[in-house]
Amino acid sequence: MSAVEHLIPPRPAPPVAKRPLTASKVFGIGVLLLWALLALALVSMVIEGWDPAKFERYGPRYLNGLWTTLTLVGISILFGAVLSLPIAFARMSQNRVLNAIAYAYVYVFRSTPLLAQLFLIYYGLGSFRPQLEAVGLWWFFREAWYCGLFSLTLNTAAYQAEILRGAIQSVPVGQHEGAAALGISKRVSFWKIVLPQALIVALRPYGNEIILMIKGSAVVAIVTVYDLMGETRYAFSRTFDYQTYLWAAIFYLTMVEALRHLWNFIERRLTRHLVR
Amino acid sequence: MSGWLSALFDTLDPFCGPVGIFTWLGGTGLVSCGDTGWGDEIAFGVKVTISLALATLPVGLLIGFLIALAAQSQEKLLRLAAGIYTTIFRGLPELLTLFIVYYGAQTLLQSVLAAFGYEGRVEINAFVAGMVALAVVFSSYSSEVLLSAFRAIPRGQYEAGDSLGLHRGKTMVLIILPQLVRIALPGLTNLWLILLKDTSYVSVIGLADIVRQTGIAARVSKEAFFFYFLACLLYLALAMISSYGLGFVERWAKRSEVSR
Repeated sequence: MSAVEHLIPPRPAPPVAKRPLTASKVFGIGVLLLWALLALALVSMVIEGWDPAKFERYGPRYLNGLWTTLTLVGISILFGAVLSLPIAFARMSQNRVLNAIAYAYVYVFRSTPLLAQLFLIYYGLGSFRPQLEAVGLWWFFREAWYCGLFSLTLNTAAYQAEILRGAIQSVPVGQHEGAAALGISKRVSFWKIVLPQALIVALRPYGNEIILMIKGSAVVAIVTVYDLMGETRYAFSRTFDYQTYLWAAIFYLTMVEALRHLWNFIERRLTRHLVR
Repeated sequence: MSGWLSALFDTLDPFCGPVGIFTWLGGTGLVSCGDTGWGDEIAFGVKVTISLALATLPVGLLIGFLIALAAQSQEKLLRLAAGIYTTIFRGLPELLTLFIVYYGAQTLLQSVLAAFGYEGRVEINAFVAGMVALAVVFSSYSSEVLLSAFRAIPRGQYEAGDSLGLHRGKTMVLIILPQLVRIALPGLTNLWLILLKDTSYVSVIGLADIVRQTGIAARVSKEAFFFYFLACLLYLALAMISSYGLGFVERWAKRSEVSR
């Protein structure tokens, strides 16, 4: 005998409860509307102020400036990477003096503003003209572009050294010991075992550093280098058109966002074997 | 009272007071205080830099906290709005943000005033423009730090607050915030040091901070290397002092943590 006398007849699913209109939703809509309004104002500003003459005149200059920014950042990142190697190794060495020098370098360059460093190199070293001419380096420190490149390189080398050091030290000691147990020489184990693992750790900080450099390179505009920011300032000083800054913002945002997505892709690709 | 206080500050002035470094080391040379040297001008620049950074900090932290709250809310639209904010202001160079705020506010104010029939030139305060621009940048970075700190706090903490019958606001203030401060403090320390360096950009829009004052001194005295080196040293000293001070704050925040 069954305890169940009758079955409950099938019923339709309960109606979906309407989500209440919370304060946060209203606020979210409000803020999004504000963003939309700003975007609309931006677009209308561009359309209303559209001037083919200006576009023809300053468009190529902007592209030129973009190219200057890209080459400046690219070259300084490469030189900085080269320069960061000895600093990182000095920072990890047992030698007290080397360690202190590398630490001082990194500390000084990371805790003073790039602008002050740039001024120190461009105007400060520029005041030693006779001495520099005597050494034959005046052609280098005369050009604002070279000075910008030099200060960006020195600055990024300090940051990259710290990234590299952190990454190498993040590789567990067991990896070194494992390599030693297999009888692999120190040099080979560094290149084939430690460095590949360290570079994966360092990948994200390196991406952030490149983005910081793209943003930081804007300061070279102040010492008369016509990079993207410099061309923008030039165009603004000629036209007093606020749009010039908006175009620069669009260029910078595009660069940074493109790099960010590219870096996400590279990271996903290179860490396939680590995904569980 | 105020006379007594200002006398105390004059005595303790680290640059031009009786025990200040410029008074001792400047002598009657380039960095002496008074009309012959640049000591007092540079001391003023240091004050401007410090006060700008200190004025930006609470504003930036407050906006960053609100953005972090929005970014972790249940509401999709609010998350989207917060995401747009952080994407834009973390992607723009600080210098460009500063120009956009400075000239944008000027243009806006001018057009609004023109609508009311005023046709003069408007100049907005460089300090305020610098503060707004730096606060915007600082808030978009600090929101990320605070967001990751929020994520490090387990759900159980909120549930414990609920089960004690605490209001949501009370839970936030009494339970979440103290832990949040402790977790976010290292990240915020970093951001403070970055903010201190970023204040140098306001010299470009004419605010008399360290870089601007030393720049003027360098141009007039033709001793560019010395003065810019001094500027770097001053920033270095500020960074050292603040990391020393923040070390104390960090130890204070960790005092209740279990020592392992």
